[in-house]
Amino acid sequence: MLRKTTLVAALAATASFGAAAYAQEPVELRFMWYSDGNEGDVMADLLSRFEEENPDIKVVLDNVAYTVIRDQLPVQLEAGQGPDLARVTTLKDLAPHWLDLRDLVEDASYWEENFGNYLDWMRPEGSDIIPGYMTQLTVTGPFVNRTLFEQAGVELPGEDATWDEWAEAVKQVAEDQQIPIPLAMDRSGHRFTGPAISMGAGFIGEDGMPAVIDDGFKAMAERIARWHEDGTMSPEIWGSVSGTTYRGANEEFANAEVVMYYSGSWQIAQFEETIGDAFDWAAVPNPCGPAACTGLPGGAGVVGIKYTEHPEEVARLIDWLASEPVLKEFYERTLFLPGHKGLTEAGLDYQSDNPNVKESLDTFVGAVGNLAPLANRMPSWEWANVVYFAIIGRLGQVVAGELSLEEAYSRIEDDIAQQVEEAQR
Amino acid sequence: MTAEARHETAGERLAGLLLAPVRWGMNLIDRPMTWLQRRLGLGGVAAAFLAPNLLVFGIFVLFPMMLNVAYSFTGGGALFLNNRVFVGTLQYETLLSCRDFLDASSCREDRFWRAVGNTGFFVIVQVAALVLISLATALVLNREMRARGFWRAVFFFPVLLSPVVVALIWKWILQRNGLLNAVLVELSFEPTLWLVNRGWAMFWAIFLSIWAHLGFYTLILLAGLQAIPRELYEAAEMDGAPSWRVLTRITLPLLWPNLVVVILLALIRAVQVFDEVFVLTGGGPGTATLFLVQYIYETGLAQQVRNLGLASAASILMAAVLIVLTLVQLLASAWRERKEQR
Repeated sequence: MLRKTTLVAALAATASFGAAAYAQEPVELRFMWYSDGNEGDVMADLLSRFEEENPDIKVVLDNVAYTVIRDQLPVQLEAGQGPDLARVTTLKDLAPHWLDLRDLVEDASYWEENFGNYLDWMRPEGSDIIPGYMTQLTVTGPFVNRTLFEQAGVELPGEDATWDEWAEAVKQVAEDQQIPIPLAMDRSGHRFTGPAISMGAGFIGEDGMPAVIDDGFKAMAERIARWHEDGTMSPEIWGSVSGTTYRGANEEFANAEVVMYYSGSWQIAQFEETIGDAFDWAAVPNPCGPAACTGLPGGAGVVGIKYTEHPEEVARLIDWLASEPVLKEFYERTLFLPGHKGLTEAGLDYQSDNPNVKESLDTFVGAVGNLAPLANRMPSWEWANVVYFAIIGRLGQVVAGELSLEEAYSRIEDDIAQQVEEAQR
Repeated sequence: MTAEARHETAGERLAGLLLAPVRWGMNLIDRPMTWLQRRLGLGGVAAAFLAPNLLVFGIFVLFPMMLNVAYSFTGGGALFLNNRVFVGTLQYETLLSCRDFLDASSCREDRFWRAVGNTGFFVIVQVAALVLISLATALVLNREMRARGFWRAVFFFPVLLSPVVVALIWKWILQRNGLLNAVLVELSFEPTLWLVNRGWAMFWAIFLSIWAHLGFYTLILLAGLQAIPRELYEAAEMDGAPSWRVLTRITLPLLWPNLVVVILLALIRAVQVFDEVFVLTGGGPGTATLFLVQYIYETGLAQQVRNLGLASAASILMAAVLIVLTLVQLLASAWRERKEQR
C-alpha cells in the first residue's frame, strides 16, 4: 500500500514539475523581416531587449530577401498562413490579412494620435482597425553628386527648378566630366508617378477608378522617352530588363557614374555606407512641373498577421516597438524618416556625423511637407500598384524601342483594365 | 591446392561473410513475398511495387497538372480553386486573340506572343548549337590525349554550378564595367553595353545556356561513343575509310539513340528556359529575352492581381507544344529504327 502511495505521489510530482516547466516555456513569435540597410541589426538589438523585459515571449527574426516579402508572403497569407508579424511595403492590398490591434494595445488613442495619418495606408477600404505602425516613411526624390557639379563648374539648380532645367544641367555636367549616365531613375512605376503628378497627371478618376492617361502623364512619359533618345538617361536602367522587374541605379550612383539619381529617402543609410566621403552627395528638392514639385510618399510598416495563434503576444510586441522611446531609437539608428507624429514634431537626433546624410535627411523631411495632395492619396489608393506595374512594363518597352508612346498609352490602359476586371471578377 | 585456389577460397569466404546479412534478409522476406505473389499474382506484385512511386508521381506531378488545367478555366484573383470564378475558355481566347499571329503587337496579349517568338528562336538556335558543340566536344574528348580526365572535368564543371551563380558570373563579365569590356578597352576597342543591345542580349542568353549545359550533354554522347565497339573502327581503318565516312557511317548511326536523348532533353530544357536568363537579362532589353516561363511566372505571380488563370492557360499551351515536339521526335526515331531493321 505504502509503495503504491509513494509511486502515485512521485508520478504526481513529476507531472506537476512537467506542467510547471511547460507553463514557463516562452511563446515563440515568428517575425518576417527584410533589410535595405542596417535596420535588421537594429531590430535584432531591440528584440533582445524586449525578450529580456518579457521572458514569456521569444521572437525569431526571420531575415528574408525583399522578394520573399513581395512574392511569397501574399501567397502564404492567401492560404491563411504566414508569420505572426511582418515588415511589409504592400500595406493596402494585403490589408484584409492584418490583425486588428485596437482592443489589444494598451492605449489605442496613442496609436490614433501618432500614426493616424498613415493607418489608412494599411487598412482595408472603409475600415478603422489598427493594423500596425510605419517602420519608416519614405519619399521619392533625387540625389546629386555635388562633387561632379563643382568640378564641372555648373551651378546646382535652385529649389524651384523644373525637370527640364535639371535635365539640362546634369547633361552639361556629364558631358564635361565624361560621366556615362547624366540622369538615372529607378525602374519603377512608383518613382515615375511623383514627377508625373508634378506635370499635372491625375491618375484617379472621379469614381475612384484608374484614369491614368492624361496630358500630365503624357508630358512626363514624353520626357522619359526623349531623355533616353538624347542620352540624358541611359537605357541600362529602364531598358535593360523586362516587365515589372525593378532595377535601381544605386550602385552606379555610388560608383560616381551618375550625376543625378532619382530614387528616395531609403537610400540614405546605404549611401552613407557605400559612398562614405568618396565624394559629396546630397538629396535635393523634387524638381518642378507646371502642377507641383512633388515626390511620392510610401514606406514600410510592421503589421500583425491575423492568422497568428498568439494575438495578445503579437500586440504586446508591436505596442512595445511602436512606443515613443523605442521608435525614436529605431529611427535615429536607421536614419529613417519618422512615420510618427510626435517624433516628427519633436525632431530626431540622427546618429551620423556625415554632413551629406544630415543634409539629405533635412531635404526629405522638407519634402514630406511639400507633397501634393494627390501624392499623399496614392499610398491608400487600392489600384496604385496595378497602375505602377502597368506603367513600368510599357514605358520600359518604349525605352527599348519596342513600342511607340501612343501604343504604350493604349497598352497601359488595357493592362490596367484587365487587372481591374480580374480583381473584380 | 594451389595458392590461387587457396586465394579464391578465401575470397569466396569473405564474400559469403559479407553477403550473409543480405541472405538472412532475403530469407526473411521470402515467405511474405511468396504469400503476396500467391495472393496477387505476378502482375499484382509488380503493381504493388510500383504503387508508392506512382503515388508520389500522382500527388506531385499528375495532380498539379490536373489542377493547372482546372485553373486555366477560371478567373479572378483568388488563390484557391473553390473561390475562383469559372470563365470557360476565356483565358485561352485572350491568349489566342490576334489579328496577325506573326505580329505580336496585333495580339491582345502581346507579351505572350513576344515570349512565344523569343522562345521559338531560342529553341531552334540553342538546341542546334548545343547538340553540334556537344557532339564535337564529345568526339574530341573521346580521343587519346594528354590530361583527358582534366579536360572532361573542365567541360563538366559548369553543370555543377547553380544557374543563378552561372548567370551572376556572366553578368559580372558582361556589365558596363565588366571583365569583357575591360579587356576590349585594353585592346583599344570601344566598350559595348552587351545586355542593353537586343541582339547581343539574345546572343549572350543562348551562349550562357550552352556554356552551362554543354558538359551534361557531352557526357551522354561520350558514354555513347565509348559503347561503340573498337573493332568497327579498326576494320574501317584497315579498309582505308576516310574519317568523314567513318563519322557518317559508323559513329553517327551507332550514336543515334544517344543523340535522340540529347536532342529531346535539350529541346525540353530550351522550351523551359528561365532561371539563368532571368537573372542575366531579366527578360530585357524590353522583351528581347522574355521567354515563355518568365511570362507565365510574371503573369501568375509577379502582377499585383495574380492572373493565375491566364498563366495556367499559357502553361497548358506550352505543355501541348512540348508534347507534340516529343512525339515528333519519338516517331522520327522509331521510323529510323524500323528503316534500319529493314
